[in-house]
Order: sequence, then C-alpha cells, then structure tokens
Amino acid sequence: MNLSLLILIPLLTGIAILFCKGLKQVSSIALLGAIIQLLATFFLLFVFWQQRATGNTSRMLFEYSHTWFAALNINYHVGVDGISIAMILLTSFVVLAGVLVSWKQEKMNKEFFLLLILLSLGAYGFFISLDLFTLFFFLEIAVIPKFLLIGIWGSGKKEYSAMKLALMLMAGSALVFVGLLGLYFNTDTGSGTHTFDLLQIAQMHIPVEVQKLFFPFAFVGFGIFGALFPFHTWVPDGHSSAPTAASMFLAGISMKLGGYGCLRVATFLMPAAAHAYAPVIIVLATIAIIYGAFATMMQTDLKYINAYSSVSHCGFVLLGIGMLTQTSINGAVMQMVSHGLMTSLFFTAIGMIYDRTHTRITAQLGGLLKIMPFISTVFVLAGLCSLGLPGLSGFVAEVTVFMGSWQNADTLYRVATILSCASIVVTAVYILRAVGQAIMGPLRTHADGSPLLWRGAGGEVDAKWNEKFAAVILLTGIVAIGIAPFWLNKLITPGTEIIIKKILSDVVK
Amino acid sequence: MNYFSYIAFIPLPPLVSFVLLGLFGRKYLKHSSGIIGTIVLLTITVLSLLTAYHYFFVDGKVNGVYQSIIPLQYHWLQFSPGVSIDMGIVLDPISVMLLVVVSFISLMVHIFSLGYMKGEERFSTYYAFLSLFTFSMLGLVVSTNIFQIYIFWELVGISSYLLIGFYYDKPSAVDASKKAFIVTRFADLGFLIGILILAFHAETLDFHTLITTLRTAQSPQSISITTSSFLGVSMLTWGLTLVFIGGAGKSAMFPLHIWLPDAMEGPTPVSALIHAATMVVAGVYLVARLFPLYSYDVIALNIVAYTGALSALLAAVIACTQTDIKRVLAYSTMSQIGYMMFALGVSGHGGEHGLGYMASMFHLFTHAFFKSLLFLCAGAVIHVVHSNEMKDMGGLRKLMPLTHIAFLIACLAIAGIPPFAGFFSKEEILLAAYNSNKFIYAVGIFTSMLTAFYMFRLYFSIFHHKEPQVQIHHGEGSFSMKLPLLVLAACTAFAGFVPLSAFVTADGIPLKTHLDIAFSAVPVILSIVAILFAARLYRKQNDLPDRMATSLGGIYRSAYKKFYIDEIYLFITKKIIFNLVGKPAAWIDKNIVDGFMNLLAVITTKFSALIKGLQSGKVQNYTLYFFAGIAGLAVLFIYWWK
Repeated sequence: MNLSLLILIPLLTGIAILFCKGLKQVSSIALLGAIIQLLATFFLLFVFWQQRATGNTSRMLFEYSHTWFAALNINYHVGVDGISIAMILLTSFVVLAGVLVSWKQEKMNKEFFLLLILLSLGAYGFFISLDLFTLFFFLEIAVIPKFLLIGIWGSGKKEYSAMKLALMLMAGSALVFVGLLGLYFNTDTGSGTHTFDLLQIAQMHIPVEVQKLFFPFAFVGFGIFGALFPFHTWVPDGHSSAPTAASMFLAGISMKLGGYGCLRVATFLMPAAAHAYAPVIIVLATIAIIYGAFATMMQTDLKYINAYSSVSHCGFVLLGIGMLTQTSINGAVMQMVSHGLMTSLFFTAIGMIYDRTHTRITAQLGGLLKIMPFISTVFVLAGLCSLGLPGLSGFVAEVTVFMGSWQNADTLYRVATILSCASIVVTAVYILRAVGQAIMGPLRTHADGSPLLWRGAGGEVDAKWNEKFAAVILLTGIVAIGIAPFWLNKLITPGTEIIIKKILSDVVK
Repeated sequence: MNYFSYIAFIPLPPLVSFVLLGLFGRKYLKHSSGIIGTIVLLTITVLSLLTAYHYFFVDGKVNGVYQSIIPLQYHWLQFSPGVSIDMGIVLDPISVMLLVVVSFISLMVHIFSLGYMKGEERFSTYYAFLSLFTFSMLGLVVSTNIFQIYIFWELVGISSYLLIGFYYDKPSAVDASKKAFIVTRFADLGFLIGILILAFHAETLDFHTLITTLRTAQSPQSISITTSSFLGVSMLTWGLTLVFIGGAGKSAMFPLHIWLPDAMEGPTPVSALIHAATMVVAGVYLVARLFPLYSYDVIALNIVAYTGALSALLAAVIACTQTDIKRVLAYSTMSQIGYMMFALGVSGHGGEHGLGYMASMFHLFTHAFFKSLLFLCAGAVIHVVHSNEMKDMGGLRKLMPLTHIAFLIACLAIAGIPPFAGFFSKEEILLAAYNSNKFIYAVGIFTSMLTAFYMFRLYFSIFHHKEPQVQIHHGEGSFSMKLPLLVLAACTAFAGFVPLSAFVTADGIPLKTHLDIAFSAVPVILSIVAILFAARLYRKQNDLPDRMATSLGGIYRSAYKKFYIDEIYLFITKKIIFNLVGKPAAWIDKNIVDGFMNLLAVITTKFSALIKGLQSGKVQNYTLYFFAGIAGLAVLFIYWWK
C-alpha cells in the first residue's frame, strides 16, 4: 500500500472543501474524507497483518523514499511499523469523531474544517515519516492550526490560551529542532555527508557525549507536546478554551505526537542518553501523574477536570518510556492509544453537555441522567475508562505500564511505580465526584431558577445522530482494546522489541 | 476434559443479557427484562448444579483427592513468555461450591425483584446491572489467574457501585455508592501492589504455577521471595498482606468496613445478593484461593486471623445499638465474615489442621442462605412499612406470617441454634479456633453471644414489641416475593446437614468431622441466654432498653456512633488530603508552575517594550544615533587605537 495515500486523502478533502458552499456541503465532504481515511487505515492494518503473516519481518513496511532536497540529504521517506499503525488508527478514529461533533459548526465553517483537516494531515504525515526533517515538517503543520482553532472558535480567555499554547508548543518544536540538528551533524554516512534518515541513524553509533547533549533537547521538546511536567501548563488553558473538536484533536492526537516523538526519536536514536536520564524522566513523570491527579481533584469545570486528568494520564506514557523495559514501553504505546480515544470521548460528552446547558461547572449541573440518558452514559463510560475499569482500554494500558515498571528493582523505580499505582485511587475520587455531581443527584436549575436546559423544552435534548455516531465510534475503539487487548499488544510488540534491543545493545556498549 | 466444555458457557449468558438489556432494555424490553434476566439465571443455576454434580460425584476426584481442573484457558494479554494475564475457568472444590451459591442466590434475588422492583422506572436497567454483577461474580469465582481475579474484582466493584447508586437522584445513595467504590479502590491498590510483588518473584501470574513455585522450598523463586525483604519483613509476607488488604476492603473488614453500612442505600434485593451473600465474601474467597501460600507464612496468616476476630467483635457490638434494620444486618454481615476470616487465619493446610479452612467455607456456604433470607425478609418488611427504622415496625407477625417464620428461622440459624444451618458451621469454626488460638476462641464465643442478642433484638422489634402501625391491603407481597423466602427458608433449615467436609477441604482430601456435644453445649447455652435476654428487653414495650443504654453511658454512645471511625476517615480525607495535598497542588500549578511561564512571557514583553523605543521610525532619532555612533567611534579611534 502506498502510504502517501494517508496524506493525500486529507489534502484532497481540503481542496474539495475550498470549492464547497454552505455548511451542509462542507461538513458532508469533511465527513466523507474522514470515512475514506478510516477505511484506508483499516485496509492498511489488514495488509500489514497480511505481510507479517507471510513472514515479512522487516522493521518498516511499505517503505517509500524520494529525494526532496539533495544538498542536505533530506528525503521524503515514509514507512510504518505496528506502533505507527496504532497511532494512525487512533488518529483516524478521533478525526472522524471530531468531524461528526462539529457537524453544526455555524461560524466560518469552511475555515474551521480546513484547519481540522490540515491538523490531521500533519499528524498522519508525522506518524509515517522516517526522515527526521520530514517528521519535523509535519510536526509544524500540526501546530499552527491549533492557534487559529482556539483563537477564533474558542471560548473564555481564548486569546490568552491560544497564545500560550502556540508559544509553548513553538518552544517545544524549537528544542526538537536543535535536537534533530545535533543528531544530524553527528551522523556519518561514510561518504562524509550527514543524514536525517531515522533508520540509518538507528544503525549508527552516536557518541554517548553527543547523545547526552542533545537528548534533553529532543525529549523535552517532544515532552512539551506530551504534557511533560513542568511544561504542561498549556494543557488546561488550551483545552478549556478550545472548541470541542479542537479539544479532541489536541488531546487525542496532538499530545500523542509528543509521546510518539519521545519514543521514536529521542529514546530510539539516543538510547544511551535515555538510559542515563531515565531517573529524571521517571521523577518528572511520577510528579505529573500524582500531582496532576491531585490538581484535578480541585477542579470544578468539566473541561479543566479532563485537561488536568490528561496531564496525569499522559504521565503514564512518559513513565512507561522512562522505565525502558519492553512491557513498560508497550504500556506507554497502549496508553497513548487508550488516552487518545478516552479523552476524545470525554470531550465529546462535555461538549454535548455544554451545548445544552451552557455551563461546565459541576456544581451547577446535576441529575443529567434523567434528561439526557445517552450523553450521561457516554460521560460515565469515559469516566470509567479513565479510572481504569477492566473491560475498557484504560485498564489494559495502565496495568501494562505497572507490570513493566515493576521489573526495575531499584528503590527509586519502585517508589515511582507505587506512587503511580496510587493515582488510580485519586482518579476514582475525582471521576466519581464529577459523575456524582453532574450526572447523578437531583435535577438542578440555574441560580436564577431558570431550567438547566438551554435548548430543551419540547425538542429532543439527548444526543443527535451525529453525536451518537461520534460517541459510538470512540467507544468501539475503547471496548475493542479493553476486551481484547491481545491484538493491540501483538501489533505493537515487534516495534517495541526493536527499540528495546537497540537500547540494550547501546547501553552495553 | 471435553466433558466440562459446557461450563464455559456459565458466565456468558449473564454478559449477553447485560448487553442486551443495557442497549435495548429501556426502549424495547421494558416489561420483559425481568423475565429475560430470570430465565438466564435459571439456566445457569441448572448448569452450575450439573457441574457441581459432575465434579463432586463423577470425575472431580482422582485417587481420593479432589483435583483442580482447567477446562478453558487462553492468553488475554501476554507481557513476556510465562507472564500473561489469562482468562480461564478453574474447577476445584471452592470454585464449584461458589458457582452454585452465586448462581442460586442470584436466581432467588432475580425472582424476588420481579415483585419488589415492579413499576420501577429503570426496571430494565436494574436487571441489566444485576446481570453484569452475576457475570462478574461468576468470572471472579472461576479465575485461573491472579490478574483475572483482579479484573473481575473491579467489575463486581463497579456493579456494586451502579446498584448502590441505583436511586441516583437521592444524594445519600450517590454518596454511598461513591464511598463504596473509593474505599474498595483504596484497598485494591494494596491488592494490585501485592500482585506486582508476587508476580515479580514468582515470574508468573497463573494461580497454580504461582502457588506451586512459591511453595517449593528450594525453587529459585521461593528463595528470592523469602530472602529479599523490606523493613525486615520478607517480600512474601508483604505480598500476601497487601493482597489481603484488597480482600479486607471487599469483605468489609476493620478498618476498611465503613462503606458497607452505607451501601444499604441500594435496593434491598441488591443488598441481599451483593452485600450479604456473594460479593462481600470475595475477600474470604481470595484468601482461600491463595491459602497454600498464606498457610506458609505465619505473619500474614496471623494478620488475617486477628483482623477477622476484631472485625467480628466490633461489628457485633455496633450492631447491638443500631436502629436501622438494614444497617443492623450489614454489621451482622461484617461480623459473620469476620468469623470466616479468622477461621482461615487459625487453619493449617492439610489433614486435621485444615479444619478451619473447611469451616470457613462451610460458614460461607450457610451464611449465604440465611443472610440473603434475612435481607429479603427485611425487604418484604420495608416494602410494607416504607421505612427502615425499627421504631416504625412492631407486631408484624400477624400481618406477615410467612415473612415472620422465615425471619425467625434465619435468626435461629445465625444465632447458632441447632439444627439450623449456622449452628454446624459456627461450631466448626469455634472448634478450629479452640484448637489453635484460645484468645480468638474467646472472641468467637463472646461474639456469638452478641450475635444471638442483636438478631433477636431485631426479630422482636420487628415482629413483636407493639401493635402493628400499618395496615396491609394486598397481603404480604406477590408470589414472586414469597417463593424465594420459602426456598431460602428451607435451605437455611437444612443446609447444615450438607456434609461439606467431604467435599471442600484445603488439600482436596475429604475430612472426617464429628459433632462434640460437650464442646457445642457452651456456645448454644450462651446463645439461648442471650436470646432470652433480648426477649426480656424487646418482646414487650418497656423502658429497660433505654435504662440500660443510659447506664452504659459512653460505651453505648460510642458504639451507637460506630466508634467514630467514619469521622476519622472524614477528617483524614477532607481535612488532610483535600486541604493539605489537593489544594496546594492546584495552587502551585496555577501560581508557581504556570506563574513561571507567565513570568517568562511578561519579562519578554517588558524587555521588548524597553528596547522597542529604539525603533521609533523618526529620522531625527536615527540621525542622532548615527552621529552619536560616529562620534563614539571617533573617540575610540583617537584615544585608544594608537
């Protein structure tokens, strides 16, 4: 399968949207594009399994390379392994759901959908890139639309949040770029030229001092995307100001760019440094997990609750990477997929609630189960996934991280693992508080006595078809991982195995 | 083992009915959902009984020893070769016994609910949740893998959460459901870390392999777990103790019991099923499942024994003072589970020494019948009186003759009066305790006396005491509510004669037990004295109970206030964790971490404001800078260059 198709579909969708008129046409085309993309992804998964089943064990499948800028040895080089396919699957699920929930986007709908599609294009490109420059290129494509999405369509203190998010992510990419250049100038292809090629660099032995110098740049840079403590502060403000679909893209896709980059670029290419800095990563990740959870407990706005809990949950990704065992890295990848689906579902539910009640403050809500059973059920399920209920994806990912982390017997690692385990209790507290206040309890009215429902009276207040569809898609993913995690495990294991082998061989040297 | 292949289908029908009723119940199956759920349960009860018959009488025993048979097992999530979470089904004496108990009690509750929950708006949701619970509990019972049991452990927890909070618009129900889940979640944290410890050393998650490798004294795994230690205690002890904390949370052992009384906010049939007969004994089951390891580790086993004894006593004391009939029953449940726990704690592993284990399982078996009967009777009473408070009841024996008899039988059973079920199991528990630990035996005897007292206080207050204050128009309840009472009353009367020692023992070898009249005379006589005392106090209205309460003073008050344990928890969570951890975390994030980022932004802005004056766009200024620069350079050249 030609991987460029994954970039081509959003590109064509975007161009088609330019020629559309009216909300109906625009959103229909966007939906069509998202569905085709999802089908293409399933097809990719299918042919990938087929190749693997026939015994094709090469690191990357469906590779394609074309010279882009010969003077600097920059190539458009793409290819996928199980990890990238998992991330691509996640992206296409979230994109489809995001398009569906924005179905009724009235304000400047053409621009809105264009930006969403551009963001997804960046993400797809990022996940298939095997050339560091191309990878960086797509990373940047994915950053800019967020600024506009929040700044134009956002709510609350949107200018502040948009600026904060854009500046912090830009700082992140700047750090990443320094890291990548540092790598580039220390590669040697034998003929005196340097290379950006990920697979080639992985074959080389980068001197340990160089690794130690540039690893922090790359890791922290990507880490800012993935809510690395203490650079996570863009997350709460950014999420809460963003419109629903943008929140979903932000948490479901964009934060995963960070985790993926930390793993694929920083850790894979500079394993000796990753090993040396592992304690630092673990300490920061543990702080994010436990402190994010406690900070969530104090939030009163549903979007802030989900945003802070994202900080806590993304900590598991970084913890899994920092623990540097096969199982823990598997767990980190699973957590990325799981969190992407789960948090998008959460934002879908919150968006639906806000749409109908015009408030997100838990204390002002109450008894929603009575008037909107579907939305409430979705909210509860997202919450249960977040608190790690078996049968939903969150449990699988967290348990894998725990199992992998416990294999490190040092005291620091053990303490970090126990503290991270303890977060499941705090998570239960804040999720059940939110559910208890907003979904259960007696039906509330506003402070002035007016009914809670803003759009209610007479009409159907529960979810519309598009919202139901979006929720069902995300739930399908969550349940598919939660009930049958073995397929995901099998998909990503060969990829993580290569990373682990590289780490072991490099550290021993 | 093709013979057992159908038992793979025992846990599945409830799952199917959960999905079916959950998705379509509200709209399409509103009235038939009760029937669907009940038929599913009837099917699996029959299957469970068949399984039990085959296992115990046909081919479970090889050379006189009951084997553990695994008819089904597959890898669910593989971590590394040898370490994987498996889903499977194990048949051994305890799992088969619980299979029968769970499906049978669940069936009774399903039937009872047909009448009890009739007309409820979320009738189908109720049955969906019941199905989810039954599925999870059956999955828990047949677990082959320590993580499988953890998974279903969490699932029964969430079913319990959903059912306690079934009346979701009642704030007290919401709070109770939250409390139940969070307290047990906290305990499960211990369980999880315990699993991590055991799995790390044993290099497996499979129960069978785990137990055999760790019990083999010379195996590297066993050496590794017993020699490595933390704070002077071996990792085996740590692992087992932490796992026990999980069990103690689920089984409402002191000090993790605080959720159970509040859990009575749920519908009464749910209390009968989940919070009396099945889910709350999961902790006992967990210890029994890992018993070969516990019996290998004295410290962990003693922790089990003393926790059980303390809980039994404490709960019995509190139960004497409560006035809400469901709460009395909840504390009584906690107390009886305490019995099961300490019976395990005083037991050895093989032969005669394994009496405690067998007695514990026996008590679990009989307790399921009489306690669910008590709760269903309480449900029938509440259905009529519309109140949980004793003061609103009294004299109901004439109005509800069937309930009255059933309740009386259950009370006699729990008080340990022969020939009812509780007598046999309690005798064996006391005998096992007497043989190994006299202190625990004393606690057991005293608690047994208290049990007889508070149960008959309850009985007399409901059915005698004064003239009835309510009128009954439609009889005691529908047929669907009477039938389970009849069936369970019959079981309560005769379950004690089941020779359980021939089937369920720690090592699979049948055990010979005999009744020692002289030994059992003491607790029976004490119980009868306690019953007479309760009759004196509560049979007729008088002021003696109040006078006694006053004379007991502080003791009575603190027991009535449940020894202030809830208040201590509230203090720790609200005051300490919330104010001293949560609030500072949120504050630091907003002001220090984010403040630093904002500070960077402010510095950048200020600095640029400072230097932007240089770019004023005025030609005069630029000329001035230009000439000033030239002048400066000229000065440099003239004075410095040479």
